[in-house]
Amino acid sequence: MTAFLLLCPLLCLSQIQERFPKPDFETDYVRPDLLTMSPRATAWEYIDIFVLAAALFLATYFAYKLRSRRHIFILMVFSLAYFGFFRKGCVCSIGAIQNVSLALSNPEYAIPISVIVFFILPLIVALFYGRTFCAAVCPLGAIQDAVVLKPVKVHGGLENLLGLLPYIYLGLAVLFAVTGTGFLICQYDPFIGFFRFGADFNMVIFGMSILVLGTVVARPYCRFLCPYGVLLNWMSRLSKRHVRITPDECNNCRLCEESCPFGSINKPDGAAPPANREADIRRLALVLVLLPVLVFGCGWAGSRLNIPLSRQHATVSLAEEILLENSGRRTEMTDETQAFRASGQPTEELFAEAAAVRQQFKRGGWILGGFIGLVICLKFIGLFSRRRQLEYDVDKGTCLSCGRCFSYCPYEQVRLGLLSPDEADKLGTKEKKIKQFRA
Amino acid sequence: MTQNGQKNPTKRRDFIRKGLNTIAGLTVTGLSGLLLSKSSSEEMVWQLDPNICIQCEKCAVNCVLPQSSVKCVHSFSMCGYCDLCSGYLQPGARDRDTGAESQLCPSDAITRNFIEIPYFEYTIDKKLCIGCGTCVKGCASFGNGSLYLQNQHDLCLNCNECSIARRCPSQAWRRVPASQPYILRGDESQKFQKG
Repeated sequence: MTAFLLLCPLLCLSQIQERFPKPDFETDYVRPDLLTMSPRATAWEYIDIFVLAAALFLATYFAYKLRSRRHIFILMVFSLAYFGFFRKGCVCSIGAIQNVSLALSNPEYAIPISVIVFFILPLIVALFYGRTFCAAVCPLGAIQDAVVLKPVKVHGGLENLLGLLPYIYLGLAVLFAVTGTGFLICQYDPFIGFFRFGADFNMVIFGMSILVLGTVVARPYCRFLCPYGVLLNWMSRLSKRHVRITPDECNNCRLCEESCPFGSINKPDGAAPPANREADIRRLALVLVLLPVLVFGCGWAGSRLNIPLSRQHATVSLAEEILLENSGRRTEMTDETQAFRASGQPTEELFAEAAAVRQQFKRGGWILGGFIGLVICLKFIGLFSRRRQLEYDVDKGTCLSCGRCFSYCPYEQVRLGLLSPDEADKLGTKEKKIKQFRA
Repeated sequence: MTQNGQKNPTKRRDFIRKGLNTIAGLTVTGLSGLLLSKSSSEEMVWQLDPNICIQCEKCAVNCVLPQSSVKCVHSFSMCGYCDLCSGYLQPGARDRDTGAESQLCPSDAITRNFIEIPYFEYTIDKKLCIGCGTCVKGCASFGNGSLYLQNQHDLCLNCNECSIARRCPSQAWRRVPASQPYILRGDESQKFQKG
């Protein structure tokens, strides 16, 4: 057995070797053809693009024009069935971030057009109408939205802290894709196992726990992990138009206050006087002073992480194993080192490659850390520079345009003909609030 | 606009937002243009290079499908039609029969048919093959290497990142254009080569 193992590397090198001559058949035997099945037709790629565009258009129309939660829900179920179960969750806009990063950094990788469309189209729509993609097109959002049973509010501090996770996840995913380490987002996609009816045991447990958590904390993946949500959030904040809670003018009736399971409704600060305005300004100044320090500090911390992070890269981990074996600290060969030794590539070359990858991680770590430091600062700036809120409105960054709040608004009921305008006016406290505020 | 905006904070905010909206729009458009210049109209699919493959058996267990999309293929043009096939029989097998005790394949996916003295034809039943590569190893060690593993595209889901490729110890997996989806050997090796 040991002799066989020793021979193995040599044999691997000479895999194609005509040890036995091709037979000359005397009978009329004909060699069968090698059957190879072709991949699915390219037409599917275009069908996917078409369905995505149509679903985005409908989602926007349902949310912005029709203002109908029921239509959005039906479209969401369709998207879950099509992009999730039928197309098995690949390719999705969230994962496309990595293909885009890889395409921008690696000239050898040719990115398919469908992936570009999946990445760009929802962003463009968000730039015009907000995150309607999240509401009814994304299958990962849909599967979570379907299990929202009794949502509780995640309190401010915790929400802000957890809200940093998507930025870190986005940064890490881009770093891993750019260095060619792997596709982190795909690897830790919690729902792909459901779409394919089978996955790694740990991932099934992860997906299950997110769904169970999702019954009380609405859409936990979307809010506290989704890296694509970060990009959509930025676009949506700047969007030209956006869904509003009321079709008319808010009368501060407070009926919609608790309607959003995602905590994306901004409440009016109404009569509360800007008591700690000066304290806020002082804090703001402090954050601005600390900004370069924090950005630099986080960048430094990020670059320090290059050794554990780069270990995820196949070349670096292989180089480490080879080093261990060469130094005699490990006697047993792994599949990886065996394959490497059989390939005949010089060790120095491997070490040089590994060092280059580690260097990439060091540089990437600086950028990643600096980016996270900047995000933390911007979060603080956002907290300390509150603008005056006069009425109930959605938070454009985090609102998913799901349409749950619409029916809570009395003016929506007026629009639907279920309430008379007078009745709706009576529910309001607007006049009072504004008077208090002006006083 | 700015002077007017100073007096009216809502207008100023609106102006800033519109400006940023335009900038974001231009960025996204520029990015898509850049990406389109690096794109290919063709889909890429995953395939393993049999010349790098070391038959570690990981293909059999790491696919997201319940049964791996990797199967053994047989290039008949390379096969020696041996009586004593090292891809079919266990080393040191006494009888060259179809009995399970002498067979290498764990799922009985290879059938052995008599052609003429002294030649035997070996065919793979893809429904039974689990892609473990045991026969490939046997054939590579003492045969012509006509048996080798290939990702079957009628089964493959073409995940964004192949979960087998991620764990392949010899880095044998790569993305190939969908028009040339197989890396074949023997006479068939030209089948998917362009030009």
